Amino acid sequence: MYTQALNQKDSGPQGTQGLVEDPERLARFEARVAAEDKIEPNDWMPEAYRRTLTRQISQHAHSEIVGMLPEGNWITRAPSLRRKAALLAKVQDEGGHGLYLYAAAETLGTSREQLVEQLLSGKAKYSSIFNYPTLTWADIGAIGWLVDGAAIMNQIPLCRTSFGPYARAMIRICKEESFHQRQGYEIMLTLCRGTEQQKAMAQDALNRWWWPSLMMFGPPDAESSHTDQSMRWKIKRFTNDALRQQFVDATVPQGHYLGLTFPDPALRFNEETKHWEFGEIDWEEFRQVLAGNGPCNRERMEARRRAHDEGAWVREAALAHAAKRKARRAATPKLAAE
Amino acid sequence: MPEAHMPIWEVFIRARSGLAHRHAGSVHAPDAEMALQAARDTYTRRGEGLSIWVVPSSAITASDPQDKDSLFEPTADKIYRHPTFYEVPDEVGHM
Repeated sequence: MYTQALNQKDSGPQGTQGLVEDPERLARFEARVAAEDKIEPNDWMPEAYRRTLTRQISQHAHSEIVGMLPEGNWITRAPSLRRKAALLAKVQDEGGHGLYLYAAAETLGTSREQLVEQLLSGKAKYSSIFNYPTLTWADIGAIGWLVDGAAIMNQIPLCRTSFGPYARAMIRICKEESFHQRQGYEIMLTLCRGTEQQKAMAQDALNRWWWPSLMMFGPPDAESSHTDQSMRWKIKRFTNDALRQQFVDATVPQGHYLGLTFPDPALRFNEETKHWEFGEIDWEEFRQVLAGNGPCNRERMEARRRAHDEGAWVREAALAHAAKRKARRAATPKLAAE
Repeated sequence: MPEAHMPIWEVFIRARSGLAHRHAGSVHAPDAEMALQAARDTYTRRGEGLSIWVVPSSAITASDPQDKDSLFEPTADKIYRHPTFYEVPDEVGHM
């Protein structure tokens, strides 16, 4: 999910902001990228490219990890064994996606430990969407359908991103992710075919998740000054607004099929452009959520920190176990010597 | 912080019997046995493999991208290493 990190200002480590790259190497790099050649970890790359990608990939990883929380909230209360198994598998996938992405980010020279530290200290961000609460079971349907749907829109172009390890991780993630969206839509469909109350629950979830899902694509192009370089370096392939429109066009008919209405009185189909036009997004809400003032920011960070602290003994035990096993093996006389 | 001592392992997976192991990604683990388990959990949740290799990342020696031209360019002009370089009359048939 989630290219929101590409909208952040690049604030390199002290002293590197003004770094002037060797123009010859830079030109060669830019030519390679322009020719659709992939950049691999050992290749020369401009510092700003390395920083932008480290930030983007690690925050994408953080989003996957924090994204486990709102859905994990419903695993024990899933309405059937089928739903529970699917949700468990989905949340496990998010954990796996986080790991692929940390591994891709590490190839740029920052350790996973440092990246996780940046999340826990609040220095690194994660997608704004996970700061909203999951109040009812219908929210699990809405997240799969809308949030994973938006994530897929964002992630499919990332499969062709210029940095090899990121592109390869994204291919694997996209393959796994389509089940996420389908299971979400199926939950919505089941609710919409159920009782009046169940349908109302689905409608309520759509009402609450629609606008935050549109915000996932980031600020409008006019305000996103960092898009240009990311596009030139082929980190990003489409602008925020283009992807958002693609998402709206794909999703609105799916919602109408469910018999639901979208919480946007301005939503209408333009016969000429063949696009769904939508109303003004509340960017102040988006800024507030990014600034840490969303409904669940504090709770999410607390849960992550607690999980990290309470898991410390597992990491220590694993290391102790490995050391013990190694010592025992060293003490055992070799078979050949007997 | 314990992760500082958690080595990285490169993971290779054989998708089907008869195929070579192929690089899938990497994991952090304290030793080889746990790396195998982590690789299994991380990279084979959907029947992606029949066999896994894990190799300490530090054990891999890679060629330098800067040497790419001197290493690989010289083969480009040795077209006589390819079968199509040689002429065999059609009447001889497939060879």
